[in-house]
Amino acid sequence: MAIEVRIPTILRTYTDGEKSVTGQGASLGALIDDLEANHPGIKERLVEAKDGGVDLRRFVNVYVNDEDVRFIGGLDAELNDGDQVVVLPAVAGG
Amino acid sequence: MLTIAQETYDAIVAHAKREHPLEACGVVAGPVGSDRPERFIEMVNAAASPTFYEYDSQDLLALYREMDDRDEEPVVIYHSHTATEAYPSVTDIKLASEPGAHYVLVSTRDHGNNEGPVEFRSYRIVDGVVTEEDVSVVPELP
Repeated sequence: MAIEVRIPTILRTYTDGEKSVTGQGASLGALIDDLEANHPGIKERLVEAKDGGVDLRRFVNVYVNDEDVRFIGGLDAELNDGDQVVVLPAVAGG
Repeated sequence: MLTIAQETYDAIVAHAKREHPLEACGVVAGPVGSDRPERFIEMVNAAASPTFYEYDSQDLLALYREMDDRDEEPVVIYHSHTATEAYPSVTDIKLASEPGAHYVLVSTRDHGNNEGPVEFRSYRIVDGVVTEEDVSVVPELP
């Protein structure tokens, strides 16, 4: 099971500069744990503690096959072999 | 220093004035590594707020896919402040995630939607550190 994950510029310090890495997992949460095993520190940049569990950070957008994961289950979003995951920090401010 | 064409400068100012009293936001893309702000792209402020801006998540994905396809990056990331000075807010600094970009701030607090000068300033924001830089407006990019 291989899932391509597109990494934004600001997180490439965790991937030796790679724009894209491969991971695995049956859900987005599992994929992020797998990424963390190979790229320590990256998980902390993607998720945060919330209501006793963990959830995606408010200003990090993650897409599975172009769908915003917030609409397909967040960290529970199901993944399949060949899916493409894109991570993009929000462009936002005050 | 940010070097920007007059036409692009004018387009950013016009967008900020048009959206006032809401914050306007957008990008000027350019070839990767060129530091040339060539392609002006207005974005929709999905927050539609006088004190906050955020790109819609699908617009954000489409923007980055398009830049990727064209071997571009965001050279300028701009937004307006409508009641305060053209200096990055605490939120701007916390959320800045393009260390290679020029963050342009325009303030429309003095003249709103009307004619008149605006503050137009540019910054680097890297790891929470803000560094202001000069802005050079040129007739055309060299």
